[in-house]
Amino acid sequence: MINFLQNDSIISPLGFGTEENIVALRSGTSGLQKHYNKRFFPEGFYAGLINTAKIDEHFSDFDDPAKFTKLEKLIMLAIGEVLQTSRLESLQQTALVISTTKGNIDQLGRNEFSKDRIELGKMAQIISDFFEFPHNPIIVSNACISGGLAIKVADDLIKSGKFKNAIVAAGDLVSDFVLSGFQSFQAISPEPCKPFSNDRQGVSLGEGASAILLSSEETENSIKFLGAATANDANHISGPSRTAEGLFSAIEKVIQKAKIDRFELDLISAHGTATLYNDEMESIAFSRSRLQEIPLNSLKGYYGHSLGNSALLETIITKYSLLNNELFTSLNFSGQGTSKALNIISKNKKSAINLALKTASGFGGCNLAMILKNC
Amino acid sequence: MRKGKILENAKVLFSSKERETSAEFLKSVYKDLKLNYPKFFKMDLLSKLGFIASELLFRNDSIPASTALIFANSNSSLQTDENYFESMSSFPSPGLFVYTLPNIMLGEISIRHQLISENCFLIMETFDAELFENQILANIAAEDGAKAVCGWVDLHSDEYDVFLSLISAEGELPFNAENLQNLYCSK
Repeated sequence: MINFLQNDSIISPLGFGTEENIVALRSGTSGLQKHYNKRFFPEGFYAGLINTAKIDEHFSDFDDPAKFTKLEKLIMLAIGEVLQTSRLESLQQTALVISTTKGNIDQLGRNEFSKDRIELGKMAQIISDFFEFPHNPIIVSNACISGGLAIKVADDLIKSGKFKNAIVAAGDLVSDFVLSGFQSFQAISPEPCKPFSNDRQGVSLGEGASAILLSSEETENSIKFLGAATANDANHISGPSRTAEGLFSAIEKVIQKAKIDRFELDLISAHGTATLYNDEMESIAFSRSRLQEIPLNSLKGYYGHSLGNSALLETIITKYSLLNNELFTSLNFSGQGTSKALNIISKNKKSAINLALKTASGFGGCNLAMILKNC
Repeated sequence: MRKGKILENAKVLFSSKERETSAEFLKSVYKDLKLNYPKFFKMDLLSKLGFIASELLFRNDSIPASTALIFANSNSSLQTDENYFESMSSFPSPGLFVYTLPNIMLGEISIRHQLISENCFLIMETFDAELFENQILANIAAEDGAKAVCGWVDLHSDEYDVFLSLISAEGELPFNAENLQNLYCSK
């Protein structure tokens, strides 16, 4: 049994809705801009932030923006668009799976909403109740692979026969909490992040939400989800493995599980955070899996790293690469910067794309790989 | 592990003499088990809870590197989030920040036992045996002969609730949601 990725939505610094995002990628526009944070970055930092007034303007079609937190509104906008375009008869057989690492963490220490809004379960319940999902929402919080893992969890739920469909949604914010944390690791780049590049200096953070419908039914413009696998590095909780054990293992498992020929892959949508160690680790994994010739990009140069949102967002973009036979440039790449050479996409181009690999890695040594295929 | 007590297969394995904080309790158990693992002292309380429980769970078995870790809790890493949040007003601590993700404990357990395996951390309002069953079956089916650990490791206001169960092809009790729920509820 195979499930299909159907309608989707991306709410990001590059636009409200997937269409605006694809247009921005085609024109090479980045959502990363310089922002100032008096407390942690008086000199400024680059990030992909979404203007609050703009969110409220869009959200006022749904409800009173004052009733919900910034992240709740972002996720609800994404889910709302998917529900609107999908026209499911009822939600009775539809699961809601939400991915986030930190949820409403920007509300910690504030008193704008009830205290329990900080709990991921409470946030998910509010979103679920708004759309009147009849079943309890399922929450995935597994660091920066969460967005991809949420699709895997949804796939397993549909395969068990409990549901026919699942709305998979994800979202995370650039908060003082996360910003100061990455800064404490000295991981924030002083310029827009440059994934896999020889002059990369670290991460740019981003915020946003995305959502997609995973269904047991094939429709027009849907993509086959051939499976996903995860594997831990068993090496270090904050540093990637020098042998890329976990990512390599996840890639090998999913290639086997999806029963594909690795040399038929047309695209790798990598994680590519632009830290020295992460990108190096990924190059080792791709090289060990003999995938170094496959065209590869990281989308972090457009969006920044949106944590629990990133893998879902990047899966959706990969879906459009497959549907439109279109490769997107790995933005801000100036020259080979990993010990193992990769085939980094340097120019947007049309090319026949039938089979794609999406990967993600995160704190705690977690790694994920998934395979998508054209119908 | 609840309220200063540890049960192993329904038998009391450890019981605190007096009311201890969770940090004191974990230190006593660490000593009692005669563990020697300096990394333990760097962990946040949530990871320590998961770590100690997995030490007990794995102590009589050899654990294959493919053993899937399917874990969940209700309060994510909230207690550590609050500690990190306090450190933000003086010196944000990277050593604390890394623990503001609940799945870090899966990394700690994987490092200790060299598990290069499936990880999944879910947030559930309360222990959801059916969702665990679904995720564990899906992950076991993916690899022949694989084992899995069902883990509930929750910490809130220094109250902890920890339940680990090893799922494998051998054993006495059939694996299903009902048995899992009963085990979790046993006192």
